[in-house]
Amino acid sequence: MRINLASIHVDDQDQALRFYTDVLGFVKKTEVPLGEHRWLTVVSPEDPDGVELVLEPSDHPAVAPYKQALVADGIPITSFAVADVHAETERLKALGVRFTQEPLAMGPVTTAVLDDTCGNLVQIASVPAV
Amino acid sequence: MGDVFKALADPTRRALLDELQERDDQTLFELCTRLLHRGFSSSRQAVSQHLDVLEQAGLVRRRREGRYTFHSLDTSPLKAITDRWRTGP
Repeated sequence: MRINLASIHVDDQDQALRFYTDVLGFVKKTEVPLGEHRWLTVVSPEDPDGVELVLEPSDHPAVAPYKQALVADGIPITSFAVADVHAETERLKALGVRFTQEPLAMGPVTTAVLDDTCGNLVQIASVPAV
Repeated sequence: MGDVFKALADPTRRALLDELQERDDQTLFELCTRLLHRGFSSSRQAVSQHLDVLEQAGLVRRRREGRYTFHSLDTSPLKAITDRWRTGP
């Protein structure tokens, strides 16, 4: 068994595709129409055959209160690895991305938290190479 | 205003003030992360309750901004202490 998909509930799939590709820098892997929505996934260009992130619709009534409660407390829904959190934060801020947590070093790990514009907070984290 | 002395009488609450002094305007998530790194094992609910006590004492302000909530330090209630027992010449 292996993990090949991770999913995130997004308020709007078009906006999510724009943000996760144009801003964060992922690339679209699959897009299959499914009724009102699409099966929509992105991957990292650094690992195109790696884990796919599913940009899922937020239609279920349980999703909105769940997302709102996490965002209110500043809790990220997931975390992505970057080489340099400080550099990535500067790059994304220049593109207008809103951060709820500036880069914070906790021992060997540095993290920051940003708003994905689709109702979620996302952490970026760098861990020094072992 | 709640009791400043009671608010200060707890090591977790003093640590929260230390962390807010280091960086103002933090989410609950960031404060919990920082406390864990300091070796405190408080749950998020416990940290939230500590922040309630600090807010009632006027030492922490909660600011809603859109969908986020940020916490900041307000040291002005401490002035009443140094005014009452003068520390300077």
